[in-house]
Amino acid sequence: MAESSWDLWLDYALWLAIMVGWSLLTLVVLLVLIAFLLLMDRKVWAAVQMRRGPNVVGAFGLLQSFADLLKFVFKEPVIPAGANKGVFLLAPVATAMFALASWAVIPVNEDSLGKWVISDLNVGVLYLLALSSLAVYGIIMGGWASNSKYPFMGSLRSAAQMVSYEVSIGLVIVTVILCVGSLNLTDIVNAQKTGVGTGIGLPASALDWYWLALFPMFVIFYVSALAETNRPPFDLVEAESELVAGFMVEYSSTPYLLFMLGEYVSIVAMCALATILFLGGWLPPVDVAPFNWVPGILWFLIKTVFVFFLISMAKALVPRYRYDQLMRLGWKVFLPLSLAMVVIVAGILQYARVA
Amino acid sequence: MNVAQSVKSLFLWEFVQAFGLAMKYFFSPKKTLDYPFERGPLSPRFRGEHALRRYPNGEERCIACKLCEAICPAQAITIEAGPRRNDGTRRTTRYDIDMVKCIYCGLCQEACPVDAIVEGPNFEFATETREELYYNKEKLLDNGDRWEREIARNLAADAPYR
Repeated sequence: MAESSWDLWLDYALWLAIMVGWSLLTLVVLLVLIAFLLLMDRKVWAAVQMRRGPNVVGAFGLLQSFADLLKFVFKEPVIPAGANKGVFLLAPVATAMFALASWAVIPVNEDSLGKWVISDLNVGVLYLLALSSLAVYGIIMGGWASNSKYPFMGSLRSAAQMVSYEVSIGLVIVTVILCVGSLNLTDIVNAQKTGVGTGIGLPASALDWYWLALFPMFVIFYVSALAETNRPPFDLVEAESELVAGFMVEYSSTPYLLFMLGEYVSIVAMCALATILFLGGWLPPVDVAPFNWVPGILWFLIKTVFVFFLISMAKALVPRYRYDQLMRLGWKVFLPLSLAMVVIVAGILQYARVA
Repeated sequence: MNVAQSVKSLFLWEFVQAFGLAMKYFFSPKKTLDYPFERGPLSPRFRGEHALRRYPNGEERCIACKLCEAICPAQAITIEAGPRRNDGTRRTTRYDIDMVKCIYCGLCQEACPVDAIVEGPNFEFATETREELYYNKEKLLDNGDRWEREIARNLAADAPYR
């Protein structure tokens, strides 16, 4: 009796150690990746404006993000006298935490070793939706606790914006789930091994992925992902030209760093989600010799960076939306369109049986 | 909104076009100057740091007429004059420019009848304290000696247009 309970505890300890190890590995890789993606974001933006972008710290400015990190950490955190101190400091932590937590269910590869994911949740999609809804709390808390006009207005806008686009992003995901029949993210990727391309007799390729089969949905997902993560052209929350920096006006030093970090982590999470839902996750673009030798994690990375590049380019070339245009797009264009697509996809799956 | 326009907006046609244009600029040569190592061209008329010039024989040009002091719109120039000790000619005993007040309009060099006070091509004279920017006669003459070649060349280049 005593011995078997000891074994049980040992099992738990081992399981816990593996979990913590996986989480730490994911965290380190993710944060280093984001340091370079941040640089890429700035470089892309600069290149479109015919500038060189950061190029002083390290070769080609590769260490710029780390220099920024040190700068933020060593600065003095200023807390306004009228601020609600507890909530004010909790807000950036909440933002960063919710953003990082979403990476727990994102699978990056599947091979003979098993699934490369911290937690292979059967309702992974629901978990991601819940966390991206929670992300708005960090912004509202930050805006309210600052006890200042611009942050408050910024966070109010953000709340309305995120709620609006949550709806269309949810319906987009529903269409994918209808096609797959599972909420497990690994199953969603594996379902894309067959599709339009194999249907007409080609070998498994990029044509099988859902971006083609559900084309308008991919566009809607891309635009909604921009809005959901407050990226330009939907960065009404922190619109520099009108709200200075929105909900981040009163923040400085490490709390500001955490906000920025949380923002970029959730952007990359959205890129990864787009990769999983529409770009076939870790599947090679053509399932023939040189391509399927490449490890799946690399394909996953390439696709995620590609989606991130698209998001960076959107920042460089699209002017900011006005608030009423944003609401019109969300409620009068995307919502009916994605609703119609849900009905159409469900109808086709039910009556034509092409799944 | 007609059908063609709806289809165009559904497929983000304008976004795709803008993306193509952005990619063109993405790969075009960059305009950035690597500043401390690369420099842009400066006009001969560039109005930078002030300098008091000398004649080739070493005699200072300034005759203490105080025209620059009079015309200075920012009242940055302070001059005191008196006969010089060895030969009794009229010279400045004090010639101060408050570089913090100066607006670099160039009226002092326009007013000067003997081309004594000029604004040279140097613009990299940032200091760590405010006091270092209160230039006196010694500092200005020193600037004149240091930048004489560039200043003379710029004056010669601009002379046909004066």
